[in-house]
Amino acid sequence: MILRATNLSVCYPGSTTPALDSVSVAVDAGELVAIVGPNGGGKTTLLGATLGTLARSAGRVEILDRALDSWTPRDLARVIGVVTQREEMAFPLRVRESVGLGRYARLAALAAPGAADEAAVADAMRRANVAGLAMRRTDTLSGGEWQRVRVARALAQEPRLLVLDEPTAALDVRHEMEVFELIRRLCTEGIGTLLVTHHLNLAARYADRMLLLHQGRLVVDGRPADVLRAGTLAEVFEWPVAITSWCDGAPQVIPLKPGESPAG
Amino acid sequence: MRRLWLGLGLLTVGAMIAGLGLGAVRLAPGAVVHGLFDTNALEATIIRDLRLPRVLQGFLVGGSLAVCGAVLQALIRNPLADPYLLGLSGGAALGAVLVIALGLTAPWALPLAAFVGAGTALLLVYRLSLVEGRRMDSHVLILAGVVVSSFTGALVGAILSLASAAQLRNAFLWMLGGLGGASWPSLLILAAYAVIPLGLLMWHARDFDLLALGDETARHLGADPERLKRLAYVTTGVLTAAAVAQCGMIGFVGLIIPHAIRRVAGPLHTILLPASFLLGGGFLVIADALARSVASPLELPVGVVTALVGVPLFAILLRRTLR
Repeated sequence: MILRATNLSVCYPGSTTPALDSVSVAVDAGELVAIVGPNGGGKTTLLGATLGTLARSAGRVEILDRALDSWTPRDLARVIGVVTQREEMAFPLRVRESVGLGRYARLAALAAPGAADEAAVADAMRRANVAGLAMRRTDTLSGGEWQRVRVARALAQEPRLLVLDEPTAALDVRHEMEVFELIRRLCTEGIGTLLVTHHLNLAARYADRMLLLHQGRLVVDGRPADVLRAGTLAEVFEWPVAITSWCDGAPQVIPLKPGESPAG
Repeated sequence: MRRLWLGLGLLTVGAMIAGLGLGAVRLAPGAVVHGLFDTNALEATIIRDLRLPRVLQGFLVGGSLAVCGAVLQALIRNPLADPYLLGLSGGAALGAVLVIALGLTAPWALPLAAFVGAGTALLLVYRLSLVEGRRMDSHVLILAGVVVSSFTGALVGAILSLASAAQLRNAFLWMLGGLGGASWPSLLILAAYAVIPLGLLMWHARDFDLLALGDETARHLGADPERLKRLAYVTTGVLTAAAVAQCGMIGFVGLIIPHAIRRVAGPLHTILLPASFLLGGGFLVIADALARSVASPLELPVGVVTALVGVPLFAILLRRTLR
């Protein structure tokens, strides 16, 4: 198991109710696990607690069967690549330089990047479809291009686990599909992925397992067909939905207009 | 990139020759070289005993301030940071003004008091900037710097308003910065303080690329942001305090030099830090040479020259950046 987080709880200062209440998540090699749920449901908090950037009030996290707290940030960055929800640029770089930052955890302090590093950067840029942007400054990129550059940077880390917080939020259909296809391909190469997304339908088609969070609690953890049930979703999202099925067998969620019923 | 290093190398050599040649007694480049290598030459005393320590000290101070500026800009993720942002200068000024007002004349008294003042401000700002007892917050750090600066500024104002005219002039000139007190012993003291902080900052140059992305991203890419911020704060604090103690407050070097290098060579710190050191050093040596020669035999405070040259340059850079 690459990641095993057990009974994680997080309490923000000044709040009496926990932002995360005893939630467990595990990701195996080659597995794509999607975390879904309404805004403020605890998805990003779960990632923060899992990665150690948020203090846990309870629970345990193990990476490759070793307690998270025993990992140095540098060692952890060689195992886990993360694309956070937001990132502001203070000093814009060239795309190639930006992706190259993903190699830093593998470089000695004053050593220049070697051929293996150059190759990993080029490969990451190719896979994330940003090779053509190599010399562009990051402050001239569109939201979607910047997002793909950040995915490339995480890939340049050559991680065993990718953690992505809404990586397709700013992407159009083509680039969104490319990211999901890329993630699926990486999974077949043995990389585990923990993905926060609002795209229930794409998650249903690509994820091996889904976790549905609501008000900091785990509502259900299972295969997409077990998680995406009309009654559960309507209750959690406070909006009526119907569930249909795509030709590949994946359940698909149709939000209903006011007055509509599933039967049409 | 080769052209950058070649240009900076030529600038360094040119600045050294200008710094050694200009002053109350003007020396041609040939005479400068002669004075440097021939102890019996007429120029040897001026060059070796007076100007060489001054030029080297100017280079070290200018380079250190530029490196500090670059690192602090990464630390608070704002290109407008400079080494005096964090309140050190206010503490140093308070120490120096106290010595002047008390009439202490020992040569070590003023640098020591300025260093102690800067160090105290450093500790105070650090303590104020800790959030939840241990995490260093960049925004709170800036506010803490402003608070300490304002308070020490008020104390300096109170002391100066009670001081005599001569004390007022001395304090004023000290605050504008100058390299007039440079000597071999003061250079050695400064170098002793500068070597380890500069070495540590260069060693961690890559980590500052990550720190500039924000704490969370930096951590995910392998840096330890809290440790790095403490290291950056303490090393730049010691460097700035040592520079201010010896030379007063020399402005604009720490602000504009990193800007200029970023425009030419990009923001990666493995290049930015050493290049800023060379450009900052060369810039201050040339500014000091001008300060000594434009109103010779009188001297302008070098801080006035760096601002007179720095402000227009900064304005041009700013316009080009915004365009």
